[in-house]
Amino acid sequence: MTPIDTTLHLLLLIALPPLLLGVINKTKAAFAGRNGPPLLQLYYDLVRLFQKGSVFSTTTTWVFRAGPVVGLATCLLAGMIMPFGNHAAPFAFSGDLVAFAYLLGLGRFFTVAAALDTGSSFEGMGGAREATFSCLAEPALFFGLLTLARRTASLSLSTMLGATMPGAWASTGASMILVAVSLFIVLLAESSRIPFDDPNTHLELTMVHEVMVLDHSGPALGMILYSAAAKLMLLGAIVTRIALPFETGSSWTDWVVFVFGLFVLAILIGVVESVMARLRLIHVPRLLVGACLLSAFGVVLLVR
Amino acid sequence: MSDTLVLVAIALAALSGVPGLFCASRSAGAARVAAGLLVSASIIGALGGLRALAAPTSPTSLPWKCFGAALQVHTDGIAAVFLLPVFLVSGAGAIYGLEYWSGSEHPDNARKLRLFYGLLTAALALLLVAHSTILFLFGWEIMALSAFFLVTTEDHEESVREAGLVYLIATRFGTLALFAMFGLLRVMTGQFAFVAPASGSAPGVASAVFLLAVVGFGFKAGIMPLHMWLPGAHASAPSHVSALMSGVLIKMGIYGLVRITSLFEQPPLWWGTLLLVLGVVSGVLGVVFAIAQHDIKRLLAYHSVENIGIIVIGLGIAMLGRSLGRADLVTLGLAGALLHVWNHGLFKALLFLSAGAVVHATHTREIDELGGLLRAMPRTASFFLVGAVAICGLPPLNGFVSEMLVYLGLLRTATSTGNQAWLAGALAAPALALIGALALSCFVKVFGATFLGHPRSAHAKHAHECGPRMLGPMLLLAAPCVLIGLLPALTASTLEAATAAWLPASGSQVVRLAQLAPFAAITLLALALLGLVAACWALLSVRVSRGSVSATGTWDCGYAAPAPSMQYSASSFAEMTVGLFSWALRPQVHRSELGGPFPRPTTFHTHTPDAVLDRLLLPSIQGIGRAFSWLRWIQQGSVHLYLGYVVLTVIALHLWP
Repeated sequence: MTPIDTTLHLLLLIALPPLLLGVINKTKAAFAGRNGPPLLQLYYDLVRLFQKGSVFSTTTTWVFRAGPVVGLATCLLAGMIMPFGNHAAPFAFSGDLVAFAYLLGLGRFFTVAAALDTGSSFEGMGGAREATFSCLAEPALFFGLLTLARRTASLSLSTMLGATMPGAWASTGASMILVAVSLFIVLLAESSRIPFDDPNTHLELTMVHEVMVLDHSGPALGMILYSAAAKLMLLGAIVTRIALPFETGSSWTDWVVFVFGLFVLAILIGVVESVMARLRLIHVPRLLVGACLLSAFGVVLLVR
Repeated sequence: MSDTLVLVAIALAALSGVPGLFCASRSAGAARVAAGLLVSASIIGALGGLRALAAPTSPTSLPWKCFGAALQVHTDGIAAVFLLPVFLVSGAGAIYGLEYWSGSEHPDNARKLRLFYGLLTAALALLLVAHSTILFLFGWEIMALSAFFLVTTEDHEESVREAGLVYLIATRFGTLALFAMFGLLRVMTGQFAFVAPASGSAPGVASAVFLLAVVGFGFKAGIMPLHMWLPGAHASAPSHVSALMSGVLIKMGIYGLVRITSLFEQPPLWWGTLLLVLGVVSGVLGVVFAIAQHDIKRLLAYHSVENIGIIVIGLGIAMLGRSLGRADLVTLGLAGALLHVWNHGLFKALLFLSAGAVVHATHTREIDELGGLLRAMPRTASFFLVGAVAICGLPPLNGFVSEMLVYLGLLRTATSTGNQAWLAGALAAPALALIGALALSCFVKVFGATFLGHPRSAHAKHAHECGPRMLGPMLLLAAPCVLIGLLPALTASTLEAATAAWLPASGSQVVRLAQLAPFAAITLLALALLGLVAACWALLSVRVSRGSVSATGTWDCGYAAPAPSMQYSASSFAEMTVGLFSWALRPQVHRSELGGPFPRPTTFHTHTPDAVLDRLLLPSIQGIGRAFSWLRWIQQGSVHLYLGYVVLTVIALHLWP
């Protein structure tokens, strides 16, 4: 890991996430026959939000502000643990996969607490859904990571997704397919995309993530939008690495492969969002349990 | 020397409530004397424990004999690890009790409470340092009985008497299994002491000892499905007693398991697997039942079942490691289990004390009648938040460290090759992730419903912050939660000493914990997290203060008059999860249908009875009672007759060849 790679890692972590949402929205617009918002729309939104004033509900306390703050801090720190492509993460240690999942958990704790701080039933509803769905997504994520850990006999994300990945498809292809699909479903659920949640709906009752942050405004809302995009990119980094486990030999081309992979993933999410409807809430747990079982199969298939 | 210190502490603790018996029941001075004695006992005992860790000693013989052998005490590494939370939580609780359960507010039972609180502390310490099994059982029984009198402190309430009775029956059954187990152990070793049996002993007897230990100690620890006494007892006791019971007393079951499993050099693989399965079942079902509760203390009690599950998972890994000859699994599993014993003692006691402050201020345990307490009780709320984040195993607090050790043990089991045990690890690791996510959902619910939003009732509206004698002990418990989370390496030498004491004396080598656990990385992670949070907070504050700030009501979707009762309640928050697990919970829903164009006012409420106690045991016990009613003539309720029975039994025993 050279200083250049670390710098690139940080740059991508900070600068790239909003672009992925731009790609998703462009894809959806193309399917709908519209021009759609510009690719850089979220960057414009973030700049504008950070210059706006804030409205705070009189019900809220400091916990309401802690939600976006802890959400952003945990996403950034989790980004330091997640390897991008075949480049190891700046901060890697044995057991960092647990730290990754639990950092996102800490962010979730404070985001939901901030939602409950408003005293609104809509936001409570969103918080309850977020917390419940995550309960089912978490085991699926762990089964998936466990498959990679057992394959490489390593407990660090950087090694699990590192140099041995190119051979993974040849030796354990079936497991890799199952894990990739399962983690893709987890990604959709954790970053609140269709079929779990519709980011564009206008009815508070039907939303999960968006309704949870209904009362946030100005810079706080900017932080939340940015964290959501960053979370999508971090989970996407795992899926991308499993799906495109290439090693080109040159560090620079590897970075290009990784970013290209993320764009393909974003287009894929856009396609899913365009061709599918949101699931009814009572069906969401079934899909997540399904994802969990898929990755459990992935583990079991490693038995030789 | 360390044994002497602990024995002095035991004597001081046992006598702490006695002076108060000769004072007026409302006397504040007597309460202060009792607390002072107990706090000094705690300091002396904790010093003894620390000394034992620094300089291991051999067993000390007491000047009493029983069955021809001198009674012995021994503060070894394992005992010392369990002793420290006993004295910390007990001392903190004694100070807390001065304000929470003062003689002027509770003249009927304050003296009784103090007496048995001191006795319980002494008994806990005694059974931990007992090297003779007779002495152990002696301490165990004093512990069980004084806990019974503590649970039934408010014995004028019927629900409290019922909870006490269930507890008493459960603890008797546990002790029964322990008597059988120590009897078998005596057959194997030839003495009433915790010594390893000879290596050639029959594997069948060893397995019987292990299974009896799992049942006997499982009752005390609250392993599912032997947890049935736990929710009622913890909810009924005064909060500082709940803290001592949940934080420390149930760990005695874990201590017993750790002690007994340490005696067997080569346990079969299924011992560890059984513990893993029991741990996962307790963990998942414990937290699921917790989510369905409406009573804040009952909810915390079910979380004890969950955390005992995590500890038992850790112990299971250590057992697997022992069977497989994997020193790394032994160290990670046992260190994870023991560190979680500490951590759970700290954060669960903290949660019970802060929940007690809420109950003290609002006079209700119903979560759905609370709300908005953060404004009235900001310090209590912060302490509860620390406990909640810690119990969810989230960084940067102590729960994360011990869960990380257990995870590492599980993942190392799951990635090991050449044995079938890896599958157990591969299934238990995601189960632990499920437990963690469910615990998070549960605690964000409790914290939100209790401290955030608007007050849902008049009780909550008129709440007040508690005084320094209640806040001080909370600080005392919260500080180590943060310290262990930030600097976990501080615990390494203690945990290694305990692991060394657990392993058989010959052969096996303790692997240094620092080589297995990423303590330095956890410290770096925690500091980076705190730094990033501070930076983001500063960024938000700066940006907010640059722009205009206005205050208004919460967005209500245009509805003109939202009321506090329309907030999302704790029950609503849990509803989806309860629905997902309704196959285990079987919640009872009471509702009346709405009908007609002008429906009448209606009510809705749910209740989740305990699966084992209310659905299985009570119905079957009633059946057994009917079946044995023909034997009732023996049980006449006359003391003379019972004395006659005792005389006849003793004569019969003497006539035995």
